[in-house]
Amino acid sequence: MRGLSLDRGPLLPTLLLVPSAVLLGGLLAFPLVLGVLLGFKDATIGEAGNFIGLDNYRYLLTDPVLRITALNTALYTLVTVVFKLALGLALALILNQRFAGYRFWRSVLLLPYVVPTVLSAFAWWWILDPQFSFISWALIKLGILDQHVNFLGSAWLARASLMVANVWRGIPFFTVGYLAGLQSIPKELHEAAAIDGASGWRTFWEITWLLLLPLTTILTIFSAIFTFTDFQLIWTITRGGPANATHLFVTLAYQRAIPGGALGEGAAIAGFTLPFLALLAWAALDALRRQA
Amino acid sequence: MRRLLSIWLPLLAFALFLLFPFYWMVLTSIKPNEELVSVTANPFWVAHPTLDHIKFLLSSTSYPRWFWNTMAVASAATALSISVSFSAAVALARLRFRGSEGVSLGIYLAYLIPPAILFIPLAEVMLKLGWFDRLWALVPVYSTFLVPFCTWLLVGYLKSIPRELEEAAMVDGASRVRIILEIILPLSAPGLISAFIFCFTLSWNEYLYALVFMSSPAHKTVPVGLATELVRGDIYQWGPLMAGALFGSLPVAVLYFFFVEHYVAGMSGALKG
Repeated sequence: MRGLSLDRGPLLPTLLLVPSAVLLGGLLAFPLVLGVLLGFKDATIGEAGNFIGLDNYRYLLTDPVLRITALNTALYTLVTVVFKLALGLALALILNQRFAGYRFWRSVLLLPYVVPTVLSAFAWWWILDPQFSFISWALIKLGILDQHVNFLGSAWLARASLMVANVWRGIPFFTVGYLAGLQSIPKELHEAAAIDGASGWRTFWEITWLLLLPLTTILTIFSAIFTFTDFQLIWTITRGGPANATHLFVTLAYQRAIPGGALGEGAAIAGFTLPFLALLAWAALDALRRQA
Repeated sequence: MRRLLSIWLPLLAFALFLLFPFYWMVLTSIKPNEELVSVTANPFWVAHPTLDHIKFLLSSTSYPRWFWNTMAVASAATALSISVSFSAAVALARLRFRGSEGVSLGIYLAYLIPPAILFIPLAEVMLKLGWFDRLWALVPVYSTFLVPFCTWLLVGYLKSIPRELEEAAMVDGASRVRIILEIILPLSAPGLISAFIFCFTLSWNEYLYALVFMSSPAHKTVPVGLATELVRGDIYQWGPLMAGALFGSLPVAVLYFFFVEHYVAGMSGALKG
């Protein structure tokens, strides 16, 4: 028996795992640690900086922009996830019925999720243009408004506009997830409910919704993680403006660290998301294990 | 009548909302500037379609270059990530070894770490390695978010292949490496196609890393090139911008339409533990 054999023992699995370990260790785990450390330094672009303890965090806690960012991130995540869930489930319920052209509609309606975010964000930016938006044009024609709406010019309109664009992109994620979930519900349950004379709404809430609940938990957690670390949509459409009203943690971190040069401060802003990420990752793991 | 209310009307509403931005992209890219800024013209239609925006994009900007950059980086990152992920997935799903639970957990956590919190320290790493503004540096960088996702996807897929096939081959005296290459690899084809589509789509969609790490116009990707070279000051070149967005979406959209079933299966498969 040879000592080193590919046919038994840990040599083969070790060899198979080395490439991913090198890649993820060097360019994922190492930067993650570096990033946490950087949050405690006054590093700028070109200056390695010194350890300054909690100064970055202390300063940021007094920064009104960070407070707006935190509230905005929470609101943005909460509102869009609720809408994405509701509309995504509604679309899945429609597509789950068999009708002519079902495959075509399913393929086409998932497109917003497939197309690169920045590219579709350009389209939204143009749709929301202060001078040439067709929405303003239509509202004026209909006699509802008498002047153009500056969608990205005021804080609340800009926030609402970004939420609509985010919901637009995120609906298919829930739809695909729910379509798979709906197909795994035994038909007999719905047939039995129909024989008992249960109404459509009751059947939905007491059978479909209940059985989809574990899946809903997983979809919601994943969507929340991707939403609150969103960068592309916000940076393309508003760059965090007007007057820092639409920043999320990541856009603010980018603005301070890269164009602004304050690497340490940017890393600390990103650091604020870590506890939430850890919490959501743990919740997702728990939900996945319970499902299995 | 019931079907009209339960299917067609809501479907129409969803289609209008979900597909309108694409219509707007197509419309704008063939609409002459006079009509784009006209207050009297009907914004939903184009009276005199033009190819000027597309010509401008292809001849007066570096768009073709950005397009091939994105294509090259996406293809290379996809190839690298699939090889790395497949070997890791084989180890995790088909071989028994101590610590496999821990490695699986690590891969899962890596999937949940968004680029958004890594780009600042990673910029430092890139500087130290001398990889800044090197196009090929995006290949290993993109693999950091592709590998965890693909490994997870492939582990799920590999676990569904029955063990009996492997055991029969082992009885026949085949080595583990031969079993992996001649039995497991061909049987994983559908899973590998899903992984391929996701890797390619996600690479094509990437923005933050390319924005931070690439600086010269010749090294930019489509989203970064459009955002930094076509959006300048107060003059928005809506026509070329929309044409660029449209062409930039095509490779991904075409790939997706060819493999819709794999895409959907992969996406729902990734939600299982």
